[in-house]
Amino acid sequence: MWLIPSLGLLVTSFRPELDIASSGWWTVFGNLGNNEWTINNYQRVIEADGMGNAFLNSLAVSIPATIIPITIAAFAAYAFAWMEFKGRQVLFVIVVGLMVVPLQMALIPLLQIYVNFDLTGTYLAVWLAHTGFGLPLAIYLLRNYIGSLPKSIIESAAIDGASHFKTFFSLVVPLSVPVIASFAIFQFLWVWNDFLVAIVFLGGTPDVSVVTIRLAELVGSRGQDWEVLTAGAFLTMVLPLVVFFPLQRFFVRGLTAGSVKG
Amino acid sequence: MSNDQPPTKRGTTKVAARSNETGPVETSSGLSEKASFRDHLAIAPLRLIAVVGVPLLAFFLLSQSFVFLRDSEANRVVIVLVALVFGVIGVFGLYWVMDFVANQLPDRIGVRIRPWIFAGPALSVLALFLVWPTIRTLWLSFRDDDGEAFVGLDNYVYAFTNDVMLTAFRNNLVWLIVGTVGTVGLGLAIAALVDKLQRRSESVAKSIIFVPMAISFVGASIIWGFIYTFRPAGRPQIGLLNAIWTRLGNDPVFWLSKEPWNTFMLVVVLIWLQTGFAMVILSAAIKSVPDDILEAARIDGASEMQIFWRVVVPTIKSTIVVVTTTMIILILKVFDIVWVMTSGDFGTEVIASQMIRQAFRFFDDGKGAAVAVVLLLAVIPVMILNVRRFREEESLR
Repeated sequence: MWLIPSLGLLVTSFRPELDIASSGWWTVFGNLGNNEWTINNYQRVIEADGMGNAFLNSLAVSIPATIIPITIAAFAAYAFAWMEFKGRQVLFVIVVGLMVVPLQMALIPLLQIYVNFDLTGTYLAVWLAHTGFGLPLAIYLLRNYIGSLPKSIIESAAIDGASHFKTFFSLVVPLSVPVIASFAIFQFLWVWNDFLVAIVFLGGTPDVSVVTIRLAELVGSRGQDWEVLTAGAFLTMVLPLVVFFPLQRFFVRGLTAGSVKG
Repeated sequence: MSNDQPPTKRGTTKVAARSNETGPVETSSGLSEKASFRDHLAIAPLRLIAVVGVPLLAFFLLSQSFVFLRDSEANRVVIVLVALVFGVIGVFGLYWVMDFVANQLPDRIGVRIRPWIFAGPALSVLALFLVWPTIRTLWLSFRDDDGEAFVGLDNYVYAFTNDVMLTAFRNNLVWLIVGTVGTVGLGLAIAALVDKLQRRSESVAKSIIFVPMAISFVGASIIWGFIYTFRPAGRPQIGLLNAIWTRLGNDPVFWLSKEPWNTFMLVVVLIWLQTGFAMVILSAAIKSVPDDILEAARIDGASEMQIFWRVVVPTIKSTIVVVTTTMIILILKVFDIVWVMTSGDFGTEVIASQMIRQAFRFFDDGKGAAVAVVLLLAVIPVMILNVRRFREEESLR
């Protein structure tokens, strides 16, 4: 029953306009063999309505926004987990607190900075923003994981004369791949599906808008053109679903790691 | 090349930095042999140049890439590739450079500052993108729409008395209560039921419930908008809900405009999307309840329902709390669903969408900031809870 809404979307996206307007999508099941299917809707949405372009833009935004936070967070996580320094506890508590701060708090001032630096409407703006917003969670997840690696491994590396940097690079990072994968999926999905950050920092101009923005605009301008809306929506969903399905396990592991004790 | 010591491994913290050879400087043939390069660096002036020069070079490269990434009209693919290269190799390089500098310094100082090198960039990003903006938003909330004149609590008065805002508050309450109870309750119920199934059907069922999490709020808004869609009476209904409704003998309804039901309709979208999240975590928790406790209860003659309510639930209480608080935070931030489905019309506004409207449609920075702060205030209790819980966990480590 849970699947019904998505099913409705999928079926509708392949039906010609007239059919959609005149009968409910569920009627296709009574008529199997008699229905008219079309890929017209998809063609229209990709070319005329700019979805194809938006898709590429979404990719351009999501991939760096996923990778960059990981590198920065990994170093910090290692420091919090295995290095001694003053203020370590306090700072990490702040990180934990920051995970909860609604990003609305940061939007207005950031936009002001961006305007001053001429960054609005660029990919870089969004990459930096998502990096900033994603860091608390990244540091938290990675630090917990890295902190739970057996102390003996770290210590034996130190005895062998390796510096922290070397330990980090050749030992900790390879071992942390599972948690990095978890976070990467999480972040990728979040950035791809994000609407708020994109619309504030990137704007809706056709050459840079991402799929979520494009879709929202379609709703605004073509509110009742379900054939276009459904095709467009499905296109935006295809990639996350394809990424998500096989990698579910990592995603789940990442979620449960932080929340279930023991 | 005079070399009293055995070749040092790159990255070793101790030895190389302290060597004090004073022989003539041989220009090393390229940087291929790191050991000898380091020994040469023992010469003070060279070391100084390295300590200053290398970071400067790095900084220069960084700023160039920054400008390039920002201004370039180049092909999208090129920009992304540069970003990736810069983002990964560049970042690593940056760390390496800083580590390198630290290695040149006397050991005592090196050990002290190295953690800051590792954590520093992350902390600065956080400070710049989260901490400072939060403070600034607070500051802005006390000023007028351009952020210029000080207006005291005016914006807050607006926030708490304006009609639309009050509707938004009421709606948010509905969202919070219905949404949280819905997702957590459903998630718990499904997790419990699914636990009884066979392995295979269990994972299939879980996947189905979980899949909507991958869908964007905007996409989901369309899916459900379609379900709620309305055609005048007498014409065939194409929206699922109206179809069922008319089958039951009623007139079709424009669901999204009917207060107060429309907010419920919107919350349903959220429940559909997020129950999977609650379910997954609760399922893991349920599975972690020790079997012997369950067995003991069964032997004592308790029914499954009793076992569930009296044994399982109390055991996983902390997990339930975590899931609930996470949902609360998420719900407070909901903006996409309202924005896309109804634009806040028909009395469906929520605090988050009001904030965006004030700040970016009406360009009233002050009010927007005040609304954002209200959001923050609502979240603070959860923040405190989280931090406290974290502290507890830490002491157990």
